[in-house]
Amino acid sequence: MTLSKEDGWVKYLLIGVAIVFLSLILFIPALNVFVQAFEKGIGPFFHNLTRPDFLHAIKLTVLIALIVVPVNTVFGLCAAWVIARNQFRGRAFLISLLDVPFAVSPVVAGLMVVLLYGRNGWFGPFLQEHDIKIVFAMPAMVLASAFITLPFVAREVIPVLEEAGSDQEEAAKILGAGDWQIFWRVTLPSIRWGLMYGVILTNARTMGEFGAISVVSGNIIGKTQTLPLFVEQAYKQYETEAAFSAAVLLAFLAVVTLVLKEILERRTQIKEVD
Amino acid sequence: MAVSTLPTSTRPRQQNPFRWLTRISLPWQVTIGYLSFMLFLPVAALLLKASTEKPEDFIRIATEPIALSAYEVTFTTALIAALIDGFFGVLIAWILVRYTFPFRRIIDAAIDLPFALPTSVAGLTLATVYSDTGWLGAPLSHLGIKVAFTRLGVGIAMVFISLPFVVRTVQPVLAEMEKEFEESAWSLGASRWQTFWRVILPPLFPAILTGVALGFSRAVGEYGSVVIVAANVPFQDLIASVLVIRQLEQYEYAGATVIGTVLLVISLIILIGINLLQAWGRRYDVK
Repeated sequence: MTLSKEDGWVKYLLIGVAIVFLSLILFIPALNVFVQAFEKGIGPFFHNLTRPDFLHAIKLTVLIALIVVPVNTVFGLCAAWVIARNQFRGRAFLISLLDVPFAVSPVVAGLMVVLLYGRNGWFGPFLQEHDIKIVFAMPAMVLASAFITLPFVAREVIPVLEEAGSDQEEAAKILGAGDWQIFWRVTLPSIRWGLMYGVILTNARTMGEFGAISVVSGNIIGKTQTLPLFVEQAYKQYETEAAFSAAVLLAFLAVVTLVLKEILERRTQIKEVD
Repeated sequence: MAVSTLPTSTRPRQQNPFRWLTRISLPWQVTIGYLSFMLFLPVAALLLKASTEKPEDFIRIATEPIALSAYEVTFTTALIAALIDGFFGVLIAWILVRYTFPFRRIIDAAIDLPFALPTSVAGLTLATVYSDTGWLGAPLSHLGIKVAFTRLGVGIAMVFISLPFVVRTVQPVLAEMEKEFEESAWSLGASRWQTFWRVILPPLFPAILTGVALGFSRAVGEYGSVVIVAANVPFQDLIASVLVIRQLEQYEYAGATVIGTVLLVISLIILIGINLLQAWGRRYDVK
């Protein structure tokens, strides 16, 4: 039939154009990370892996994530519960507020931390008096990362919490369960996939955060340098090989994040069918 | 955590103005406390710091030639990038929803890569691929087109990071659209173009606009990938976020604060706009 023939022609044209665009913008640059990192085999990669500044950057990146992810998870759960389980004036406003860290440039986020805790900032004199170092040290990096990733958990948990409904929680309450028991036994199991997804996104963004961190860290090698900062630093100093060794680690993290996301999405879909 | 305990005390009230804080449940306390500390306090610090500048000083710093050119580079390039993503994002959403082809699932999953890939890695690889000796930059430079370290590079980086926003906003709407409408338009004699313009596009339009606005918002705030891909030369390819950092590095706190405030206010306006767009897109939804 002419109709289906024409259909096929348009279909392949559209797919072709989309793939070419995606290749130029996405696929070739992504592939490039892995090719450049392992161009001379895995030897240089492992050699770079043993550099002390590189190791320190990995440690610091992981350490910041270990602080930020749990804190933002607890906050995200609380905010999600407040929003999903209550009707109150300003609820829509609160939801929009949660989006502010997404909308604000990471550089502006970093600037705000500097203006609060820096030498000329609001808390500057107090902090100096007590000899507490926040800006150009780890605390500011934690604060900036936490600001940027503040909405992720709440954003993912709110819809699943709304969908789960509060019937089971009320049943548990009537049957005499305490608040904590209800949370651990009833609420948490029903939101676990959404929660996990939010945690994974928070982790990926924390480990990969660059703009906000580069404002507040001072980028002191071996002290306040995270992996994303290491990538830029190495590239600027024409150590392209080292830059790509760090980049491939971060790219690997991104791929793992996407694979987990795909798995979690299928899980939630299967649950919906049940 | 799940169910708040009702205040049962009938004891005489204390005259503590923060008494209500102890009566709300733990999740409320955490939410209000954390948001105040992490969100309100920093935003207030920025706005109040900006308000210590005299209005004429504020306007003078905010409209310095270097700042004006940085806004122009940022907003024009971000808008063009968002529109390009608007076009290709709809196309990609369309082929992912309507067609089956090999590797469709993998391509679908890869759309989120710009979300997950740290921006400095994106900048690094785009700068390499589009450099004069890179895989894509070399053939382009033969044609006389320089991408890395020019404004075009800034645009490519913005197209990269904004792409998922359009695809992921349009895709679910497209997936829920009833195919019957198209088929009935088709069988009533509408041409392919008529069907697309009159039947498919109108219900998609709010989603496309929202996606483009989200992508634009992200591109305006982008720093990591752009700073690596661009040469960051003032009046050429220096964007506003980079200008803020440059000012901070030179201890020009007033300049950084003023330009940062301009960026913050514009971001908040875009955020409000996106919220209105989303409300508009949902206006026919059944509650």
